[in-house]
Amino acid sequence: MRTRLYFSRGDLVIALAPIIAVLLALVAGAILLLILGANPIEAYATMIDGAFGNQANVFRTLTRATPLLIIAIGICIAFRGGVTNIGAEGQVFIGAITATSFSLGLGAAFPPALLAPLTLIVGFLAGGFWGAIPGFLKARFEVNEILSTVMMNEIAVQILLFLMAGPMLDPEQIAAGTRVPQTAEVPEAAWLVRLAPPSQLHVGLFVGLVMAVVVYVLLWRTSIGYRIRAVGQNKDAARYAGMSVQRYIVLALVLSGGLAGLAGAVELTGITHRVVEGFAVGYGFSGIVVALFGRLHPLGAIPSAFLFGALLVGADKMQRSMQIPSATITALQGLIVIFVVSSEFFVRRYTARRKAQGATPAPTTSELSQQAPEAAI
Amino acid sequence: MNFGEILAQALPLTLLFATPFLFAALGEVFVQRSGVLNLGVEGMMLMGAFCAIYVAAPQGLGAGAFAGLLVAALVGALLGLAMAVVSVSLQAEQGISGIGFTLFGLGLSSLLFRLLAGGVITAQGTGFQPIAIPLLSEIPVIGKIFFQQNLLVYAAFALVPILSWMLNKTRWGLQIRAVGQNPAAADSMGINVVRVRYATVIFGGMMAGIAGAALSIAVTSVFQENMTHGDGFIAVALVYFGGWSPFRVMLGALLFSIANNLQIWAQLMNMQIGGAPIPSNLLIMVPYVLTIAVLIFARQRKHNAPAALTRPFQRGEN
Repeated sequence: MRTRLYFSRGDLVIALAPIIAVLLALVAGAILLLILGANPIEAYATMIDGAFGNQANVFRTLTRATPLLIIAIGICIAFRGGVTNIGAEGQVFIGAITATSFSLGLGAAFPPALLAPLTLIVGFLAGGFWGAIPGFLKARFEVNEILSTVMMNEIAVQILLFLMAGPMLDPEQIAAGTRVPQTAEVPEAAWLVRLAPPSQLHVGLFVGLVMAVVVYVLLWRTSIGYRIRAVGQNKDAARYAGMSVQRYIVLALVLSGGLAGLAGAVELTGITHRVVEGFAVGYGFSGIVVALFGRLHPLGAIPSAFLFGALLVGADKMQRSMQIPSATITALQGLIVIFVVSSEFFVRRYTARRKAQGATPAPTTSELSQQAPEAAI
Repeated sequence: MNFGEILAQALPLTLLFATPFLFAALGEVFVQRSGVLNLGVEGMMLMGAFCAIYVAAPQGLGAGAFAGLLVAALVGALLGLAMAVVSVSLQAEQGISGIGFTLFGLGLSSLLFRLLAGGVITAQGTGFQPIAIPLLSEIPVIGKIFFQQNLLVYAAFALVPILSWMLNKTRWGLQIRAVGQNPAAADSMGINVVRVRYATVIFGGMMAGIAGAALSIAVTSVFQENMTHGDGFIAVALVYFGGWSPFRVMLGALLFSIANNLQIWAQLMNMQIGGAPIPSNLLIMVPYVLTIAVLIFARQRKHNAPAALTRPFQRGEN
């Protein structure tokens, strides 16, 4: 009987670890706000009101959650495949700018009904290409993908700035002589349908939900997904079993980058309709946090994206009404990552203790923390 | 302008701009030699950069450059301590926790910048000023390049042989290398693996904080949100490029300093593409492309890598 009780406590620890980690991060955030002279209770209350206070705010939260969800699903694939893709930020930009270029340049050549889906596919392909580069470098030259994807982000930013201010500068801005760096508006046929005007909520949300299911099936119900995860858990064993480890590393980064690119195209066609300064800045990093909090599970990413969408919308409100800079949220996200990753320690300890007692091993809660660490190049 | 004059103008800047890279990368050499990967350097640099300028500048606390440097070093060391708790004691995945520290440092430095400094701060006149070394600074060309720099530049380059000696010739260095190569063996020889790793990660954080201070009060004299733009990650890449050796890391820092300031070189040399100046975005991209190239090249040095890099140590497990 005692062991029974003990097991359920272990299960509880595993289930609650990330939630406790986030609560701790929020407490740390509150202390931070206190030190900075802001009332943390008022700040968090403002955030909750901003995110859920009325129907319009809930729609805002869902709208903000949409790109985060799609990015996070991609991050799940990469991290499950043993590839730490930090490059979602750049993959979003490249996806969006390529989708813009496609729908502006070739949009007229396609039937209007097809333009929106085609634009999204182009975004996916472009993001996938941007992910393929670090994937290839890791597979072929063992280049550390964390560093290469960070560099690819910086390169993507410069490409975006260059195109926005030069070759793709909005002709209206040139005509007006103002030269505000932004692209022209994409054709209306490429716009995603708005679900509840005047809110900006658009069908991209369903794209995200469908992708979550698709990726869940891919990872756990197909042999490709099985291999991606096998490579992620133990490269040597996967190689020994005859799998082409290199191929699945590249594939994981292509799919991960593709989903980030798709998120960029969704944000473009659903919300902004053009690439402007500050487009989707920070989304890639938030997507990583969403994926980690969702325990690297595509379905777990759904509630997680909703939570972080709320956090970001709430932060905007906090900035407007309390003059607390939204950079607070970046710091808070950092704390959440640190606490969530650290909480794995306690999960591992419970799992190990359970194993030592001869019970059946617990289901892996995060394959990420259990994969054999690689030498870092 | 002839080539000699261009070099005379650009090379002093090359040493100056290499300084932040050098501090951060030298610290990271020690961290990695002990078997830990600190990917939070970027965030620690940003915190160091803001704290240094806030303490030093008249719009902030106005306590002067040395106080700024000291506070930046302390803040960096504190963040290093936190990273050590996470990566050494709690054995968290080092890549991702480093990204967490980077986000935290980016967010907190921006937040403090807005709240404490109102979004504008400069250290013009209060930062580290060039010190001409008597006699040496009067040597034509060479004097201007090497001996009319500020204190942090001298310190960074002086640290290269000192740290190299510490790492290779002292008992501490031996302990650090042993822990990074084979923690279980080091442990059985009575070396406290956890203590050594705490020491290196805290030192690495301190050096990252100083690197940030160098950026804000010895190189640029301003602070901007996210002013490092990936320099912290480049510093980590330099450690691979330098094969974990302080001297070769220094060469890498100089190379990246040149790449990072191609805009200045392009201006001085009047470089053009099709009759127009090269777009600045393309020049800004160069260091990032170079970093990737360097990482491909660094693969040949992989045998130098500390064998236990990124592997947490748990007694009785290995």
